[in-house]
Amino acid sequence: MSVDAATVKRIGRLARIRIEESEVPAYQNELNAILGFVEQLGEVDITGVEPMTSVTPMALRQREDAVRDGGYPEKIVANAPLSEDDFFMVPKVVE
Amino acid sequence: MTELTKLTLAEARKGLKAKDFTSVELTRGYIEAIETANPSLNAYVAVTPEHALEMAKSSDMKLGAGQAGPLEGVPLGIKDLFATKGVHTQAASHILDGFKPEYESSVTANLWRDGAVMLGKLNMDEFAMGSSNETSYYGPVVNPWRAEGSNMNLVPGGSSGGSAAAVSAWLCAGATATDTGGSIRQPAALTGTVGIKPTYGRCSRWGTVAFASSLDQAGPIARTVEDAAILMTSMAGYDPKDSTSVDIDVPDFAAAVERGVKGLTIGVPREYRMDGMPDEIETLWSQGLAWLKAEGATIKDISLPHTKYALPAYYIVAPAEASSNLARYDGVKYGLRVTGKDITDLYELTRAAGFGREVKRRVMIGTYVLSAGYYDAYYVRAQKVRTLIKRDFELAFADGVDAILTPATPSAAFGVGDEDMNADPVKMYLNDIFTVTVNMAGLPGIAVPAGKDAKGLPLGLQLIGKPFDEETLFAAGRAIERSAAMDFSPSRWW
Repeated sequence: MSVDAATVKRIGRLARIRIEESEVPAYQNELNAILGFVEQLGEVDITGVEPMTSVTPMALRQREDAVRDGGYPEKIVANAPLSEDDFFMVPKVVE
Repeated sequence: MTELTKLTLAEARKGLKAKDFTSVELTRGYIEAIETANPSLNAYVAVTPEHALEMAKSSDMKLGAGQAGPLEGVPLGIKDLFATKGVHTQAASHILDGFKPEYESSVTANLWRDGAVMLGKLNMDEFAMGSSNETSYYGPVVNPWRAEGSNMNLVPGGSSGGSAAAVSAWLCAGATATDTGGSIRQPAALTGTVGIKPTYGRCSRWGTVAFASSLDQAGPIARTVEDAAILMTSMAGYDPKDSTSVDIDVPDFAAAVERGVKGLTIGVPREYRMDGMPDEIETLWSQGLAWLKAEGATIKDISLPHTKYALPAYYIVAPAEASSNLARYDGVKYGLRVTGKDITDLYELTRAAGFGREVKRRVMIGTYVLSAGYYDAYYVRAQKVRTLIKRDFELAFADGVDAILTPATPSAAFGVGDEDMNADPVKMYLNDIFTVTVNMAGLPGIAVPAGKDAKGLPLGLQLIGKPFDEETLFAAGRAIERSAAMDFSPSRWW
């Protein structure tokens, strides 16, 4: 499987990374080189093999559903590029 | 006082306890060494001298009062991937510009609990994606080692290139690092230092910037096997804040270092004998086996048939997880923001400006393999192959193998800006060919310096262990270190 220019642009949109027209050919080459490299996985017989979900033999722990932390909105927004009254500020989303 | 910086961590700890010198003196020595070396080596992205001296003073008081922790007063460097409260934490990325966390990672909190002193934050490949430390927003780290008779700058490996270079050049007594596909062991091998990636779940991932969550593990880089064992004991431990952290006792790893290898069975996987492997790597490997045999180990040929599929499977699993983990960098909550005409524009422009080329490439690959129609063909298939890779190791261990010896890297350090490597991403990825299997199987692996190539550059061997049996790796690693009996100090040019 190989990607064309339109696919590179589509992946960029899905990944929310702006890809300029001039960058498309380079990305296309690099992505195809990587996809070409992983192609060899097609040789492996995976009949009846379970996909790995946990590398350690343990069930994912669940923690108690309780409030244990919080009450410091000023810390949460401390690193925000733009905030007001402990809210993150973004451009208008709904007209 | 500059000589103090040349002590091993174990020696420094002993000297501090015996009051031969103070932590303030030792810390000052390192701060001066960093000031001199960093313009040439670029190992640190942030130095925190005032913070360090304050911690050192407090350690001296504890040492005086007989309340010293296991690492009391020992100055360490911290990879920029670990959240350190109020201090530069950017994963060496532009997108985390100005980020200073309001919290401390569990691994670094463990180190401060045990009395360690923080000198600053260490350079790395951006978001730990790279094998040469050239993808950092802060520029490449330069290897303290140079080929004999050459003044060409070499890479220290990556992603923990700053950690490895700083330890090798005496800019800290030891360093934290992380390993997703070889990021501790490959730079350790390329700088003549010791690096261990423990079993997945041994160290908490809480507060460590995530790359590929099912593969990421923290571990130390140090100047000796004993130093690595001392650091590992403090870094490890169960943490309820990481749901994959394993609730298991942490042994005193340093106690295992001199245990020897008598009676151990060491596996030699035939699939690691790659086509075109340089003779010096082959010779080093045979030498390592001969040393372990001479110390009383039994050598056994084994087969790990799915080895060649580990790297391609990794380049599906790791980018897939990365594309998901890195979705959080959106220009809203922290770091860089580039404004546009609407919210989508803001996301796209911020991420285009904030991520470097390698990171974008991997996020794009990850997005593609997880996208509708491709998920089963790529991601699910890779996860099935991963099951097979892990099974290969399980069968070898069930057959009586205690640890496996392999080369750590396919070559010694290469040049900064190497044209071949930079022209082809896959060529750069091949640096991790011997290390990546270990992450895919969640096993512990240690890289120990064992020899030098024809140009006098360090080469390392890797030992792979059973889950949670890091102790055997320290013991066998020490046997190699002792047998090699070589000085792995770079000649100072900086």
